[in-house]
Amino acid sequence: MKRKMALAKQTILALSGDEAVAYAVKQSDVDLVAAYPITPQTIIVERFSEYVHDGEVDTEFMCAESEHSALTACLAAAAAGARTFTASASAGLALMHEILYVTAGCRAPVVMAIVNRALSAPINIHCDHADSMVERDASWIQIYVENSQEAYDSTIQAFKIAEDPDILLPAMVMLDAFFLSHTLESVNVLPNEAVLKFVGTRKIPLVRSHEDKLVPFKLDPENPLTMGPLDLYDYYFEHKRQQEEAMQRAPQTIKQVHDEYGKISGRRYGNGLVDPYRLEDAEIATICVGSTAGTTKTVVDQLRAKGVKAGLLRLRTYRPFPSQDITKAVGNVKAIAVMDRSHSFGAHGSPIFHELRHVLYDAQTHPQVVNYIYGLGGRDMPQTLIHEIYKDLQKIVKTKRVEKPVQFIGVRE
Amino acid sequence: MTSKQKGWKEVPIAGVCWTPTTDYLTGDWRTFKPVLDREKCTKCLLCYVYCPDGAIEWKRKEEEIEFNYKYCKGCGICANECTQEAIKMVLE
Amino acid sequence: MASEWKFTIKDLAEKPELFMPGHRACAGCGPAVAYRQILKAARGPIIATNATGCMEVVSTIYPYTAWRIPYIHTAFENVAANAAGIETALKVMKRKGRLKHDHVDVVAFAGDGGTYDIGIQALSGAVERGHDFLFVLYDNEAYMNTGIQRSGGTPHGAWTTTSPAGRVIPGKPEYKKPIADIMVAHGIPYVATASPAYWRDLIIKTRKGLEVEGPAFLHALAPCPRGWRYDTGKTIEMARLAVETCVFPLWEAVDGEYSLSAPSKVIALKPERRKPVREYLKVQGRFRHLFTPEFEHVIGEIEQIVDKRWSMLLKKCGMA
Repeated sequence: MKRKMALAKQTILALSGDEAVAYAVKQSDVDLVAAYPITPQTIIVERFSEYVHDGEVDTEFMCAESEHSALTACLAAAAAGARTFTASASAGLALMHEILYVTAGCRAPVVMAIVNRALSAPINIHCDHADSMVERDASWIQIYVENSQEAYDSTIQAFKIAEDPDILLPAMVMLDAFFLSHTLESVNVLPNEAVLKFVGTRKIPLVRSHEDKLVPFKLDPENPLTMGPLDLYDYYFEHKRQQEEAMQRAPQTIKQVHDEYGKISGRRYGNGLVDPYRLEDAEIATICVGSTAGTTKTVVDQLRAKGVKAGLLRLRTYRPFPSQDITKAVGNVKAIAVMDRSHSFGAHGSPIFHELRHVLYDAQTHPQVVNYIYGLGGRDMPQTLIHEIYKDLQKIVKTKRVEKPVQFIGVRE
Repeated sequence: MTSKQKGWKEVPIAGVCWTPTTDYLTGDWRTFKPVLDREKCTKCLLCYVYCPDGAIEWKRKEEEIEFNYKYCKGCGICANECTQEAIKMVLE
Repeated sequence: MASEWKFTIKDLAEKPELFMPGHRACAGCGPAVAYRQILKAARGPIIATNATGCMEVVSTIYPYTAWRIPYIHTAFENVAANAAGIETALKVMKRKGRLKHDHVDVVAFAGDGGTYDIGIQALSGAVERGHDFLFVLYDNEAYMNTGIQRSGGTPHGAWTTTSPAGRVIPGKPEYKKPIADIMVAHGIPYVATASPAYWRDLIIKTRKGLEVEGPAFLHALAPCPRGWRYDTGKTIEMARLAVETCVFPLWEAVDGEYSLSAPSKVIALKPERRKPVREYLKVQGRFRHLFTPEFEHVIGEIEQIVDKRWSMLLKKCGMA
């Protein structure tokens, strides 16, 4: 009875991924949304501007003249003490690249939704993880969602994670272009008061200023401080080390926020960092981020029905990379296929493959790990192809041999 | 001039500066030093308003100009602009 | 009201130095003079933001800061977006009851790099959206911080490291972008040009820029001894000569209506007071190569463009 009472009364709305994100932002008492439209993120900004123009939110909506300026405005506003949000994709995110690093370096807790889309050239508007994968070094918290429900939930959680005074790192929430952004789903939304209570008001920590006082970490004429100085080789390294320390603290915060949110919504995604599916006794498994996990779950169920010990590990949090949780989850699997929807050209395989193999290097048991690069530019990843991957994994377990560690799947030869 | 170097655990986050430039004495940059002939000085304060470094102060109580040699870089703008030729740049 | 603000230079001297001594600008730095004067026009709580460049670097070499007021620097091309973000944040926080001040001024500083060229997009966007802030361009007419490379603000014929005085091409072939006119064309409520040699004019214009509701643009000429090649003590002389020769006339445009400021008006009314452009070029090493038989014609070109722009300005001010 007590648990039931803690759950907030939710409403079911038919929302696409983009709309779900806009709805989450609407409820989170955001001060400024500065954004520039780019397919497939456009619905987020369009919907949100409707909320603003209809007086449904007390938020300023700035139609920035470019993504670079959009993120800059969010960063500067956050520096002044505001809660800010922006959204982008593909080329827009690429244009922001410089400022991603600056935002993290200034420890501004900006939240951004990225609708994963391929990078040019040739220009392609469809689902691909290249845009956000390339930003994994920028010191942003990265969370990939599987469906529109999770897009809604994670956007709300992102504010709380980013603004945590021990973290103070910006956070990006990724949703797949068109598969999620433009597809209607039933999304359970919390009541406004519940979200408001959950996100609260921004807690601003104290920092020592040049007046040798501890003052709130924001631009305030009452307590002036200087942000964004020139570091020479005598201090830059220390500042970056601090950022890494915040990243190291982040898994704890992410799990905590995820858990707290689970208490009011009744929804959890694994432990917040990794989302295992039928992995406990699995002998073969795939690993991926994003909506492909949804399709893979169906395949796993089909295989399980036939007695195959198949499983799936969906990575929810990509940065910080949850090494321990991954090692624990897949430690006893015999063969793992990492499905990457992006590629590092010229490298031996793709980003998630690299990071997974690397993390398992230190593990007690070494499963066979292979890489399948799929779905670039929105190429569909149907169940048939995923079945093929699991069949390959079964062969690997049987023959104890890997013929091709890295393969492209779904591309016409 | 340089304070003891702090480690990453000590420095404020986000590169927030923790010392004012008034702790950094740029006075040792100069070669020439402005010297004021107080008899010629009409206290127009043009030197004050043209100094790039704020190294000229107006002492209200004493009603006198004061050069702050801790910061003066010896650029010579004050000497150049003084309408009374009351400031001379002297090799230090 | 700026127009009613009466102050003596001694009044200014009693205001705190918001741009503190100990910064590491070069001896004789024009922008530093401009900054000190501009900040004297502060009328209350104020937040500053700076683009990457000379003044940003010299004023905030970690852990030192020359800023007595809240200050942020993020990147080179986006200072106007910084200002937009801050101004909007203040607006919202005030509305939501999270701001203890009734009004906070926002001022964005940038050099010619961060204004004419890489910064123009953010500037144009921010003023189009009508944010209430003052944008100050400190124009030392080249990318000085990175080593005197040419910018859109470098005048015709000037030597810079990327428009050197060569055997075939004598300095910068292109002309100075009329940035202040571009800002007037954006339809913003206040645009002005200023020179630190005319400190009262500059300070009053700054105050007007802060007071106006909406975007304001102040184009301050800021001579650089290193880049213009003259002795450090002559910075104010350069800033004065530029006005006296009409190379850099002083004017304001209030809601698009141009009017000459006193130092330039005097010349418009008494053209005999105008000094020849040559006098300005002669005393700067960056134009030295033009005083040769081979490239003398460039001086003629410079005189022509200065005269043309001066007469166009007179027309706009109704003083043709």
